[in-house]
Amino acid sequence: MANMISDETIEYVGILAKLELDSEEKEQAKKDMGRMLDYIDQLNELDTEGVEPMSHIFPVNNVFREDEVCNGDGREITLANAPERKDDCFVVPKTIV
Amino acid sequence: MKQYETVIGLEVHVELATKTKIFCSCPTEFGGAPNSHTCPVCTGMPGSLPVLNKKVVEYAAAVGLATNCRITQNCKFDRKNYFYPDNPQNYQISQLYYPICRDGGIEITTEDGGTKTIGIHEIHMEEDAGKLVHDEWGESSIVDFNRSGVPLIEIVSEPDMRSADEVIAYLDKLRLIIQYLGASDCKLQEGSMRADVNLSIREAGAAEFGTRTEMKNLNSFKAIARAIEAEKERQIDIIESGGKVIQETRRWDDNKEYSYAMRSKEDAQDYRYFPEPDLVPVVISDEWLEEIRAAQPEFRDEKLKRYKEEFKIPEYDAQIITGDKHLADIFEKASAICNNPKKVSNWLMVETMRLMKENNIEPSGLKFSPENLAKLVNLAEGKVINSQTAKEVFEKMFNDNTDPEKYVEENGLKAVSDDGALREVVQKVIKENPQPVEDYHNGKKKAAGFLVGQIMKEMKGKADPATVNAILKELL
Repeated sequence: MANMISDETIEYVGILAKLELDSEEKEQAKKDMGRMLDYIDQLNELDTEGVEPMSHIFPVNNVFREDEVCNGDGREITLANAPERKDDCFVVPKTIV
Repeated sequence: MKQYETVIGLEVHVELATKTKIFCSCPTEFGGAPNSHTCPVCTGMPGSLPVLNKKVVEYAAAVGLATNCRITQNCKFDRKNYFYPDNPQNYQISQLYYPICRDGGIEITTEDGGTKTIGIHEIHMEEDAGKLVHDEWGESSIVDFNRSGVPLIEIVSEPDMRSADEVIAYLDKLRLIIQYLGASDCKLQEGSMRADVNLSIREAGAAEFGTRTEMKNLNSFKAIARAIEAEKERQIDIIESGGKVIQETRRWDDNKEYSYAMRSKEDAQDYRYFPEPDLVPVVISDEWLEEIRAAQPEFRDEKLKRYKEEFKIPEYDAQIITGDKHLADIFEKASAICNNPKKVSNWLMVETMRLMKENNIEPSGLKFSPENLAKLVNLAEGKVINSQTAKEVFEKMFNDNTDPEKYVEENGLKAVSDDGALREVVQKVIKENPQPVEDYHNGKKKAAGFLVGQIMKEMKGKADPATVNAILKELL
């Protein structure tokens, strides 16, 4: 494996992804990530000089909506997904700024 | 102590005045019941797909053109990833790599009367988050997603400002440009315009910038000025006592006039941006850009110049009237109808300003129509009503847009200017007040004032004072 993932990196990625991994899972994740990066590294074998970076696989642009209200009251369909509901809002763990 | 220079850049978020959200057809209007203006797209449900509101692109490009930016004719959206309960997708659709506008700038007037250009680094389009309400006593917070997906533009300035005055001049200029475009109402208090202040200090003359902090939660021009002052002092204190400023985001508490660091170290600020796969690129053709350019209105500076030249309105008055789009609209429409811009301007500058101040009303909250203001000007100038009555009628119109013509008619407020009735009253008053009449003849010109007062009283205020004066002088 050309890409070795350090303990610090896996810790950091864990924080970003809000994942808690035990030591066994961490080792496995380090291996998996290293292999993924090796795979992606194959792209470096190509000469991409002067090639415009691609952001979308389809040759389509300008897909727009007109600025017209079409949606009605979506409260019930939205709140059907709320694990807990209060005052027609989603209840979440207390967050302070 | 050493001399320090304050270096300030702003990130200004502006809510666009579209009818619908940026990626779905939910309404953006305020005041809906919690979560009533939501759908699977703006609540980030799996499988839902965003479709861009065309109007958002047009508003963003219009603001870019008006602030002398280069428009990115091939622009794209990116995902900014972070976890927060007001963000249902766990990412915000924004623009990092190809923002719609770049490299602009606007000219501000500085305190010494000079001008200075404040650079605009970029303007990008993005979506707003939901609203979190914190329960002071409980163990939970609640979220309303009505604001989630409301279109925003973020205007990022260059670090070109050096004082709170310059910051406020810049914000005021931006506000006016955007209001004139109709792209937003830009109200700081209501959050349709929000400014984050990036501030650092450095020794006067230094070439390098110091470490900056970002200040959030600034809801008024006054709060911005106070926060800048306090943050400048805080950073100087740190440096003077041998410390180092830490790059961080701080939240301003305007009641305590104090700021505190918002994010802890565990919350890494690493947004892992990548191109948004659910949206296709936006291509703004030359033709489309020309259409947007052609639709640009007359802006404040041009209006100001025209008011002074065409209508001979004094500089100060023209500043005030053009200082708000709604006020300028009232002025122009009313002037066109009654063909008396000077008087329209007077009513706006004196009585309107007085009542706005008394009632704590913003120009956008004015109720009277330009048509009614024009009628009032005509009534007053045609001496159909005297100046005192005109003020009363104006106040009535100010409060509920009463039609002045009807009101004057229905309440019998027309000034009695025809001589017959007035002459009789004048004669009666002269007869009943021999002493003041004698005083007047003996050179006490002030006595005439008393007599006019008596006449006006008899006429129940419905006489034109100038006519009364003339008749009185004649009969004395």
